[in-house]
Amino acid sequence: MRKIYLVADNIISPLGFSTEENINNLRLNQTGIKKIEDDYIWSEPFFGAVINNDELSKAWKKISNDSGYTKLEKMMLLSVSKLLVENPSLDITKCGIIISTTKGNINNLRDDSDEKVYLASISKAVQHYFKSDHTPVILSNACISGGLALAVGKRMIQSELFEDVVVIGGDLLSEFTLSGFFSFQAVSPAPCKPFCKNRTGISLGEAAASAWLSSNKENVTDEAISIVGDASANDANHISGPSRTGEGLYISIKKALKEAGLESNQIDYITAHGTATPYNDEMEAIAFNRAGMQSVPINSLKGYYGHTLGASALIESIIARHCLINNELFASLGFEELGVSESINVIAKNDKKELKRVLKTASGFGGCNVALIIEKEVS
Amino acid sequence: MAELREELKEKLIEQLSLEDVEVSEIGDNDPLFGDGLGLDSIDALELIVLLEKDYGIKLKDPKEGKAIFESISVMADYISKHRTK
Amino acid sequence: MIKEKYYISDFCSIRDNKVFKNGDQLYIDSESDNLKDFAKGVYKFLELKYPKFHKMDELCKLGFLASEVLLKDREKVDQDTALVLSNRSSSLDTDRKHQVSIRDREDFYPSPAVFVYTLPNIIMGEISIKNKMKSENAFFVTESFDADFMSRYSEILMNTGKASNVICGWVDLDNDKYDVFLAFLSKKGKKKLTKEELNNLYNQ
Repeated sequence: MRKIYLVADNIISPLGFSTEENINNLRLNQTGIKKIEDDYIWSEPFFGAVINNDELSKAWKKISNDSGYTKLEKMMLLSVSKLLVENPSLDITKCGIIISTTKGNINNLRDDSDEKVYLASISKAVQHYFKSDHTPVILSNACISGGLALAVGKRMIQSELFEDVVVIGGDLLSEFTLSGFFSFQAVSPAPCKPFCKNRTGISLGEAAASAWLSSNKENVTDEAISIVGDASANDANHISGPSRTGEGLYISIKKALKEAGLESNQIDYITAHGTATPYNDEMEAIAFNRAGMQSVPINSLKGYYGHTLGASALIESIIARHCLINNELFASLGFEELGVSESINVIAKNDKKELKRVLKTASGFGGCNVALIIEKEVS
Repeated sequence: MAELREELKEKLIEQLSLEDVEVSEIGDNDPLFGDGLGLDSIDALELIVLLEKDYGIKLKDPKEGKAIFESISVMADYISKHRTK
Repeated sequence: MIKEKYYISDFCSIRDNKVFKNGDQLYIDSESDNLKDFAKGVYKFLELKYPKFHKMDELCKLGFLASEVLLKDREKVDQDTALVLSNRSSSLDTDRKHQVSIRDREDFYPSPAVFVYTLPNIIMGEISIKNKMKSENAFFVTESFDADFMSRYSEILMNTGKASNVICGWVDLDNDKYDVFLAFLSKKGKKKLTKEELNNLYNQ
């Protein structure tokens, strides 16, 4: 079976417009979440992580004069452009492209609804901008989209459809999603606190990211990091409430481990979904315990980025890649005291630790779950 | 009060899309969740919206809903005491 | 990688107030002038007793009904039967409803029961719940039904052992116009799984 390497990446977020800037901010335990007073999004102040429009415009002008793109498209195009600049050997015109988003250009639904509200318009924008041979595929699978897109990319390469795939993920912090999560009584009145006793809900965020997957080891310049196992499973339980037994997540983890030929005690770090809603975090703790991973160091990056929906699991996988390269762990921001019924080992402080394998998981509405195992090749 | 209870039953059927249920089938004291009408967590959230939209009652803590939505009687009682519209 | 032969075991479509299975017309409704009534008619025709159906949005109702028709004559559906669905309009039909509920800041009552359906993959959640399928799910959005990609991705899932069978297809709804096509892919059947065959059956 072909080995699939995570070769390079970029993150465009409130914590910076390069992966390096993002990592530096994580090292400082700096959060992108702040009090937002923006009447376009919400009539009252709320906590979230947004990308400054002026800073985005400035960065955009460096690569293009075209103002016909939406904010989300600019974020995605900027992310891929930076990836290409840093990796001259990547020929995006020949790659498979997967775009992960839950709501796309949803703000365009507010006034005069136009073609941009159709998710395929983002695929067209990306294909047109990079003049790629293949029409990018859009994956819209709720909050697991970014992780599932990596799994789909890996599967496409393994089946020899492509040698290289670029995965792009992105979503906006919109009135549309914020109002929905408010109606679910799921928005935290302060920056979110994953796995903490005092958690009350999510903080939303916005971001875009891109990652280059390749089966060609010659493309690997950093340490060789590959996706060695992946699986997705539905809870078959409820369309919004997480399973009380963590069923789908547990099945995903078991299957991903099986594909990788690994046991649960061979995982060094878990980068969890950790949205900070009472039910989600509880469900995850149950699933990790069922999988025998209660003592594995675990964090959620939602305290840094908020929940960036279709981008979140992609960003968290990218960060996991760099944690493997740098042998470091970041504190689970917002965490004070364990607030789930089953014991888990939440990372309270940044740490240096020899890491070989990471488990990335995500869960979402519709009962969907995904697990990825990312491994460092030790030479 | 009887009128409010009937009104609530009709609203429940309409708002929660209980197509196969008739007003006469909902007892005033039947439990709405669990074994009773079998409502779920989304229905509970929808009832919080209904309280606010139709009766001007904004719950301070959504957890209060659990007690208020015990049955039609309890709900009607709570609404008549707290309604602002 | 060992590549097995796969087949399109069953297929169904819902279009223009009609329901077809394996090419035969199963149900026609010449009276209903809206999707809600038509869907309710199909529900009754299939003699379903599933109160959750009435809570679904119209897109989910369509996908759910098609899955019921597709799986009707099977005694048991394997828990590892994957769902690979696609459409053009994502959940836009319900997105518009949610948007209307938040248009006016003075009359601002977003409904959780509407919001939960503003994701296209909820269709797969509903089908999974009904059939207890704890399987692989993926929802793709493409300009039109992409038989090539859908058949290839389904094959990948079966080749890699990630699924025993696959329900793949197209469930689209936009401004009252709908188009639904589902196919059951497995190692058994008479029609070989090729992109041409899948496309032909979609276009029937």
